[in-house]
Amino acid sequence: MKLVMAIIKPFKLDEVREALNALGVQGLTVTEVKGYGRQKGHTEIYRGAEYAVNFLPKLKIEVAVTTELTDKVVEAIATKAKTGQIGDGKIFVYSIDQVVRIRTGETDADAL
Amino acid sequence: MRDVLSRLKGERLRYWGVGATLLILALLGMAGFVAAGGMNTINAYAQEAAAPAATEAPAAAPAEAAAPAAEAPAEAPKAPPIVVNKADNTWMMVSSLLVLFMTVPGLALFYGGLVRTKNMASVLTQVFMIQCLVCVLWFIYGYSIAFTGGSGVTSPFIGGFSRLFLSGIAGPNGDFNTIVETFSLSVGIHELIFVCFEMTFAAITTALVIGGFVERVKFGTLCVWTVLWLTFVYCPIAHMVWFWPGPTGIAVDPTSASTAGFLWQKGALDFAGGSVVHIDAGIAGLVGALFLGKRIGYRSEAMPPHSMTLAMTGAAILWVGWFGFNAGSNLEGNQYAALAMANTFIATAAAGFSWMIFEWMFKGKPSLLGLISGVVAGLVAVTPASGFAGPMGALVLGLIVSPICLFMVTVVKNLIGYDDTLDVFGVHGVGGMVGALGTGILVNPKLGGAGIVDYSTCLTPKGCGVVAYDLVTQMTAQVTDVITVVLWSGIGTAIIFFILKLIFGLRVTEDKEREGLDISEHGESAYHY
Repeated sequence: MKLVMAIIKPFKLDEVREALNALGVQGLTVTEVKGYGRQKGHTEIYRGAEYAVNFLPKLKIEVAVTTELTDKVVEAIATKAKTGQIGDGKIFVYSIDQVVRIRTGETDADAL
Repeated sequence: MRDVLSRLKGERLRYWGVGATLLILALLGMAGFVAAGGMNTINAYAQEAAAPAATEAPAAAPAEAAAPAAEAPAEAPKAPPIVVNKADNTWMMVSSLLVLFMTVPGLALFYGGLVRTKNMASVLTQVFMIQCLVCVLWFIYGYSIAFTGGSGVTSPFIGGFSRLFLSGIAGPNGDFNTIVETFSLSVGIHELIFVCFEMTFAAITTALVIGGFVERVKFGTLCVWTVLWLTFVYCPIAHMVWFWPGPTGIAVDPTSASTAGFLWQKGALDFAGGSVVHIDAGIAGLVGALFLGKRIGYRSEAMPPHSMTLAMTGAAILWVGWFGFNAGSNLEGNQYAALAMANTFIATAAAGFSWMIFEWMFKGKPSLLGLISGVVAGLVAVTPASGFAGPMGALVLGLIVSPICLFMVTVVKNLIGYDDTLDVFGVHGVGGMVGALGTGILVNPKLGGAGIVDYSTCLTPKGCGVVAYDLVTQMTAQVTDVITVVLWSGIGTAIIFFILKLIFGLRVTEDKEREGLDISEHGESAYHY
């Protein structure tokens, strides 16, 4: 089992979600985050005070999938979240040791 | 001694402070009951209402005017009785509400929106506390020491106690028919309304000052500061600029001008408080900023306004309320109130637009903060000029104050490096100075101004004449006004902060400042989301 974590541009969420649903992924977790990479921030000016805002708003999506589905999921996210501009984001894949569905107590593959 | 002071600075101060406050209020309350029944002296301002049977009226003239008149030959002119018009009363009651609205929630939101989220509740609390505390103090003694006649050598600088606890406000008949004359001969409003109106000015001036040192000042210290600053800085300045015998007083006996405030006698013109309110608060805010020191992280951490939405809302409320501030300072609803209203529209609009254009040129983008700062700067500048300048003069005033203030709050402030957090000095102090000096120029009838009334001629057959305008004379008076207020406010505020720093400490600890004053001083959050 793998946890696919991706940082994407916020407006790409709907496209990515639809693509994942089409693959049979049942759910995902979304967090609002701030971050930067090669995409720099912008400058804000308030009266005499200039602030370089280095962090940009992004979304972190996390989805737990079976190992077999992982490559298709990564490809779906990479395709749908891409704009071609700097700041599209990154995808990370972690290994999961254990999964439990709280309501039923099912574990591992049954819980995904 | 050090022991005592360091114990006072600790938490035990809370109990001492609360206990002392309750004791003082209780004593004042008891004294109030006693005093209010007693003293019934008439001050130079208040006159008794004219009874329809006018025979009482001459006897009701103020004591100061009556005595010299008795010495003068029998041709001493008789003033018509002062009459109250309910429309003027109503306008002044509405004006009082408008200025209250400026403070809460206008100024509270304007200031609050400009600070960080973690300090929002603290700013709102500080402004509201000042409004409440100043109101109480004003009714007890503030009005008396500002707007009654003083005695002896201090009388040009501070009033007396004839209206302590508002004693005598009910008049000899106990029907609250005491009257304050406006700027027109024999026109009056009821004194209680005047008391309320002036109270709102005292409150907003005091509240303005805190903009220089929000996000780090101790709340308890601020409470004590409010009492001291109102008493020793605001009230004397209000007395110096605005206390005078009234049209009838001057018309019946021009020498009664010597009983007026120091700056009034110098001929300083300040229609609604450019010096009394804005320069006063601006200097005090700067002094406070210097005493409190810079916020932690100033110029290195990002501290943008947490809510431009609320800041803009506050600024808009300030504009609306300011019509009570400026047009209400006419004390009646005649053509000069109309002039003040028109000027409050035009100077403000011009200044807002001007700031926006200059910022667009020099900073690259026109910001909302710039626009509302320009609006406030225009309001500040037109305050002393509102009943004196012509509309086109007000327009020019608005256009020029914005680049000046913009320069102050961007270039000069960053060069010197002081943390006047909400630009009280940059906008109110400097804007007030521009307005005060501009008033001296724009009052000139040749520039469309209203000119200056010569009240000593008001009882002559032709009625009130106009003082011949002289630029040098008037500008000397205005400069005297500005310098006096700068010195009185600067030195007075510095002494107050020095004492408070010694006894109570001014600033919260570093931990509390980082946590935010909402939690550390007030135990609450402005937002829960």
